[in-house]
Amino acid sequence: MEVSWALLANAVIAGLLLGGFYAAMSVGISISFGMLDVVNIAHPAFIILGSYIAYIVNDRFGFDPIVVSVAVSPLFFLLGMVLYRIYYICFERRGQESLRGLAFFFGILFITEVALVLIFGVDYRMVSTRYGDVTWRLGPVDFPMRLVVPFLVAMVMVIGVQLFLTHTFFGRAVLAVAQDQLALRLMGVNPVRVKERAFALSIATAGVAGAFLIVIQPVQPAIGREFIGLVFAVCVLGGMGSIWGTLLGAFVLGLAESFTSTFFGPSWAPAVSFGLLLATLAFRPSGLLGR
Amino acid sequence: MPGNNVRTTLRRALGAVFIGLALTGTALAQQPLKIGFGMSLTGPLAGNGKAALIAMEIWRDDVNAKGGILGRKVEFVYYDDQTSPATVPSIYTKLLDVDKVDLVVSGYGTNVIAPAMPIMMQRNLTFMTLFGLNVNSKFNYDRYFQIMPAGPNPAIGWSQGFFDAAMGMNPKPKTVALVGADAEYPAMALEGAREHAKKTGLKIVYDKTYPPNTVDYSPIVRAIQATNPEVVFVASYPPDSAGMVRAANEVGLKTRMFGGGLVGPQFAALKTQLGPLLNGVVNYEFYVPDVGSRFPFLEQFLAKYQARAVVEKVDPLGFYLPPYAYAMMQVLDQAITGTKGLDQAKLAEYIHKNTFDTYVGKVAFAKNGEWAAPRVMMTQYHGITGNDVEQFKKPGRLTVLSPKEYKTGDLKAPYHENKK
Amino acid sequence: MSNKVFAVVALAVALALAAVTQLIPNDYFFTAAYTVLLFVILATAWNILGGYTGYVNFGSAAFFAIGAYTTVFFYNAFKAPLPVGIVAGTLVAGLAGLGLGYLTLRLRGVFFAIASLALAVVLYIFIVNWDYVGGARGAYVLQPREIPFGLPRYIHLIYAVQLVMAAFALVVARAIEHSTLGRGLAAIRDDELAAECSGVPTLKLKIFSTMVSCALMGMAGTTFPYYLSYIEPSSAFSLSYAVNSIAMPLIGGMMSWMGPLIGAVLLGSVQQLVQVTVSSAWNLLIVGVLLVLFVTLAPNGIMGWVDAWRRRRGR
Repeated sequence: MEVSWALLANAVIAGLLLGGFYAAMSVGISISFGMLDVVNIAHPAFIILGSYIAYIVNDRFGFDPIVVSVAVSPLFFLLGMVLYRIYYICFERRGQESLRGLAFFFGILFITEVALVLIFGVDYRMVSTRYGDVTWRLGPVDFPMRLVVPFLVAMVMVIGVQLFLTHTFFGRAVLAVAQDQLALRLMGVNPVRVKERAFALSIATAGVAGAFLIVIQPVQPAIGREFIGLVFAVCVLGGMGSIWGTLLGAFVLGLAESFTSTFFGPSWAPAVSFGLLLATLAFRPSGLLGR
Repeated sequence: MPGNNVRTTLRRALGAVFIGLALTGTALAQQPLKIGFGMSLTGPLAGNGKAALIAMEIWRDDVNAKGGILGRKVEFVYYDDQTSPATVPSIYTKLLDVDKVDLVVSGYGTNVIAPAMPIMMQRNLTFMTLFGLNVNSKFNYDRYFQIMPAGPNPAIGWSQGFFDAAMGMNPKPKTVALVGADAEYPAMALEGAREHAKKTGLKIVYDKTYPPNTVDYSPIVRAIQATNPEVVFVASYPPDSAGMVRAANEVGLKTRMFGGGLVGPQFAALKTQLGPLLNGVVNYEFYVPDVGSRFPFLEQFLAKYQARAVVEKVDPLGFYLPPYAYAMMQVLDQAITGTKGLDQAKLAEYIHKNTFDTYVGKVAFAKNGEWAAPRVMMTQYHGITGNDVEQFKKPGRLTVLSPKEYKTGDLKAPYHENKK
Repeated sequence: MSNKVFAVVALAVALALAAVTQLIPNDYFFTAAYTVLLFVILATAWNILGGYTGYVNFGSAAFFAIGAYTTVFFYNAFKAPLPVGIVAGTLVAGLAGLGLGYLTLRLRGVFFAIASLALAVVLYIFIVNWDYVGGARGAYVLQPREIPFGLPRYIHLIYAVQLVMAAFALVVARAIEHSTLGRGLAAIRDDELAAECSGVPTLKLKIFSTMVSCALMGMAGTTFPYYLSYIEPSSAFSLSYAVNSIAMPLIGGMMSWMGPLIGAVLLGSVQQLVQVTVSSAWNLLIVGVLLVLFVTLAPNGIMGWVDAWRRRRGR
């Protein structure tokens, strides 16, 4: 197989576009796991939930799924707040979050998936968008809108979250809570409130990422599980608690998968991603940009 | 008056006799014929499993309306196997030992057929199976039967039509790219495709698989394009079938022939989702409205099925499993009636020896339990406009390329110039 | 009761059960019981690392599959009989656990959990690409024609083997629980930093605990290919094994060897019942809901209730 510049360029573009999407899926984990130390294994379940909500509205009324998900994100925010409350009362307060908290979220993941199966069945669902089948061609390089539009919105969302964290009072409170809860309390801020809202934000991002997912590919309830590892891989690779790190990690993973798919064979792509994760854990657990 | 007494007594006696006869009659007819099976009602193949169940229930209702089999009403006892092999031994041992069914058939797919085989073999049961891939090649069981029309060598029979059509192009192609999902069916289909490539002298320039949860298929299609194949054979499951067809359109894949073994476009969901993107793609189908006239009762059956399918939210077209699920039960029906009983050995012998008239035509079985001759239809999509499902219920959207007896037209190549 | 005595009693009970249940005339009992016993082993194994040491392993399915596929490998390569497969599968799974532990146990427990999930994915891909053990197409393992001990059907043998293995797993778990090793693990679970400062060799103990836990999970998987005659990657790596191996000890109680046993028997039996009565999507829902309910409301599981009840009665 001749390695042409076109092939290389397309692999890079596809990897970056995919990476943007992965970043959107993982930014929530970067907050909940990286900054709040809450191992929300159920994060992909909320992504899928977001996909289905986008699907329902798109199917019934024809609205664009991404627009729908943004409109619906306050609901996800609320859901996140409730979830965190339960988590806090049952686990964090008692100091049992590592084991039981994990098990709790695992249970949530399962319940969400099964509930979706019971309601929607296991058939794949897709949305129809005006740009879904459009591809811009710049010479030999293709830019499928199906990937480009989610990428652009994802970038807005991820960069938006980063700016929020660094430039608003609340955002900085979140960063502070990640570093030193006691100090935060001494400064008159209720860390539990801060964590609750931050967690809610992470769930809200999951809901929006769900719309990206269903624009890019068909969705069925069980595929959430396939993304657990990927989402955590992105965060660990990039460095916990750093949004730029998540972005970087997502791009690295996206490119690694794209290159492996194109040049070595697609069946090894996930292995590469997780191999990267295992290697990072073994040799540089703080990740590329971690503290 | 004495006459009246005699008449009343006679009437009473006759009444008693009639009631007695009726009671015995119903007592005899009360013993239902219980047929047991597991079926995928949840899990990855649930869409097909539920469709097959509807077809089987329609068969059961049809048969019972005519008085049952050998005078006995047919009853189903079934459990959800969740498309998981692990549930199968428990389900079938319960059916046989606890529910005491008279006959068993399989669920849908190799995953649930293979684990049931040891149980069937231990008890010497005749086992009619629904779309398993070459399961019997390992067990060599003489009472195994398969209703999928892939022929005695399923891997080869599956893509026979595709490669026949490919080599019918002028000039003959020289290169082929093979691609498929990392899963059981695609692995088998690709194996068969490799055989065909060897036989026809095609040079394999790409031969790779992708993991089933791949998100983006464009890098794969680009890599394929980079090898400039004249023929591209794809073996995929519904989500990746959709992904590959979309990617082929996105990348603007240029090749002479594209498709072959995509599972998914046979169902309404993918036909409507992809719509015009399917134009030009060559793929296998098991039933096409364009040859509907060759299968007389099938259209009536499909009407009944389609009515139920809409209500129960399964594939509204029903061209894939349902006709064959129905046919499978018809074979059993005729075998039981023909042998006048449920002797498993006699049933197996009868099924091996005879040809059956079913809704999908004449069915005969080879020694290994597969169909005696393959009858996978290879078709090419064309003229699809928009995304509604009604256009697929009528002829005009598919050309049947193979086998010869059902052919309705010729292959239009190259793929990228015939996407209308 | 000392470990040796317990071991003898456990083995005796297992054999007695195996003998007595032969009288049951239908095979359904054996197929259902086999599955429940499989979960007894998995839950007990998981708990050695989870309940005793405090480290969550999400990759139970990976080690279960290692056991299963090692059996397949030895069957394909040497036509090896079942006992060889069992020993080999257990050893290979233990080695894999050793590897995973060595790579990740220096970090926080959470990383171990994620790494175990990642390992499951990598292993799955590896198996899918390895044609010798069937790859994506699956592998067939044919049950032998002659069945030893004069048992009528192969399922009876497999079931008996599973009983013995379950007894073995319980013996191992109990032995660890009541040993110095067990106390060290408990110290790690309660406060790893304090344990390290008190001189507990935390890394060594954790690695050992991981190894044993993963070896037993592999052992649970070794008979699986024989049970089904067919094994393919997506069902061997089914996440239901991961969820159940966490839910069952959680529900039964994670502090002692009895908890996973109770949890597995209860939850496993319920699942088997649900499978042949109502629709099975509810099966998984039940597991998920029970998991969440127990983990929030009854963190010490059923054994915890029993202990609390005992204490209230003033023992």
